[in-house]
Amino acid sequence: MDQLQFLTWVRGPGLDLSITIFVLAVIWRLVEIYGLGRKQDLSAPRSVPGASGWHTLVRRSLPPPGMLRTSPVSYIGGYVFHVGLAVVVVLFAPHIKLIQGLLGFAWPGLPSQLVDFVTVVTMVAMVVVLIDRITKPVKRFLSGFGDWFTWTLTFLPLLTGWLAVHHLLLPYTLMLALHILSVEALLICLPFTKLFHAFTAFGSRWYNGAMNGHKGVPV
Amino acid sequence: MALLHESESGELADEMAQAASGSVGEGLALHGVSRREFLKFCTTLSALLALPPAMAPAMAQAIAAARRQSVIWLSFQECTGCTEAITRSHAPTLENLIFDLISLDYHHTLQAASGDAAEHAREQAMKDNAGKYLLVVDGSIPMANPGYSTIAGISNLDMLLESAKGAAAIVAVGTCATYGGLPKADPNPTGAVSVADILKLSHPKLPIINIPGCPPIPVVMTGVLAHFLTFGRIPELDALGRPRVFYGETIHDRCYRRPFYDQGKFAKSFDDEGARRGWCLFELGCKGPVTYNACATIKWNDGASFPIQSGHGCIGCSEPNFWDAGGFYNALSMPARPLKVGAGVAAAGAATGVAVTFFNRGKKGAAKAAHATTTLDDLEK
Repeated sequence: MDQLQFLTWVRGPGLDLSITIFVLAVIWRLVEIYGLGRKQDLSAPRSVPGASGWHTLVRRSLPPPGMLRTSPVSYIGGYVFHVGLAVVVVLFAPHIKLIQGLLGFAWPGLPSQLVDFVTVVTMVAMVVVLIDRITKPVKRFLSGFGDWFTWTLTFLPLLTGWLAVHHLLLPYTLMLALHILSVEALLICLPFTKLFHAFTAFGSRWYNGAMNGHKGVPV
Repeated sequence: MALLHESESGELADEMAQAASGSVGEGLALHGVSRREFLKFCTTLSALLALPPAMAPAMAQAIAAARRQSVIWLSFQECTGCTEAITRSHAPTLENLIFDLISLDYHHTLQAASGDAAEHAREQAMKDNAGKYLLVVDGSIPMANPGYSTIAGISNLDMLLESAKGAAAIVAVGTCATYGGLPKADPNPTGAVSVADILKLSHPKLPIINIPGCPPIPVVMTGVLAHFLTFGRIPELDALGRPRVFYGETIHDRCYRRPFYDQGKFAKSFDDEGARRGWCLFELGCKGPVTYNACATIKWNDGASFPIQSGHGCIGCSEPNFWDAGGFYNALSMPARPLKVGAGVAAAGAATGVAVTFFNRGKKGAAKAAHATTTLDDLEK
């Protein structure tokens, strides 16, 4: 298999395989999570202003008072890499073309050089939060294989994509194939790792808020 | 362009005038090619080959003094497009003359002889120039059945093996000869293989130069021949056997539309505003980023244009298996073919989720049932 055949494989059978596993596993995991059920709540609901699922959804997306100063790397680094990742994934013209190829609709992209800049910023932010995780004893203690693994899974598509665009390290054909392969690995692993928060984060935030609101506690 | 010293060009003029019988210099003189024209050609060639400017006169002298290189050209499963590209032009260019001035001892399409006489010409050339002739091959070799392509009753495989024996080097011209090309496209009914697929096994030490393209750029062909005549060896090749000097960079690297790619300005169809403004053709399926060739710099028809300049994306014709590389009009970031994800995948996911839910609930129920109630008496024990 030469480089172009490898690229064609990841754009064909490899994509079929990864999307099949991704769709199947995401639906499986969502049904499983929502199928767990909760005990019947027999208490009378309390009504307190600011205590609801929707409030918590907003509140938990912002740093609590004082925390930005206490843990700036986690918050700023986290915001930068999440927003950067979203920009790179959905506003880079070739990615929009892929989404159009898969789903049939498209939207305008950003200039490639701007996306390139955002990619570098995102990678830097990811490296900074990784160093923070390694150097802070408490964070290191709380980190397991899943944390290191998912960081790598998220970082590789950014790195290989950036290297491919700039024709660095390996021939473009091979680097592009590795980039697509790394995204396919991410798709396959996403439903089975903490990366599944992409689907559950806002649902669980709403649920926590709603439960606490029911008890009259704004969180 | 190199400025040539009078003395150097004077030497060349003498050399061309006194060219030995049968040399390229003699042929050039016969065709009325002036010293200036020939030096210009050699300067262009040395620039194309990325040689220092000072090499141009040396190259001119070497070519002029060289004996006409015996070339045997074999055509197998091909369309003759490669021959057409190399030989046909509006007016006889110097490239054509250089090409004429090699001793093309055997070429189905171009030779006057036919039948036994043609085959004798090949045998004679092989005998007279044993170990010295260049074997040029265009077309792929059918392995499923030798009868799919024969010449004078000889199968392509037999002719290739026999002709390769005494060759100094092999030049595989066109994507069919270099990588199998169109005949090898899925489902490859003739079992087509490339020249290197066979000769790397049968003659592992024989140098093979791959000049892919459908067809290859004519000057790339003459450039490789000029290199061989000047230095007596083949040019530096890449991992796919291509001369690095011509196949070292992608079309995209050298494309004049590249700034639009960098700005994210893409034509969305072949007749929209973007297309009229000459924006990047990536979204229309251009394979420039994965295609190594010199079209964007050397161009075609005496530097007139190349496919992207004419408004069509590169189809990647100089890459192995380009026919099966995901469609000419699909962007590289798009699926190579319609996604084959069965409609049952979502249902299977939901079914798995429901099954796991039943399992989880069963576990929960079992744990609840197994829960022993603790009484005050138990605690006082």
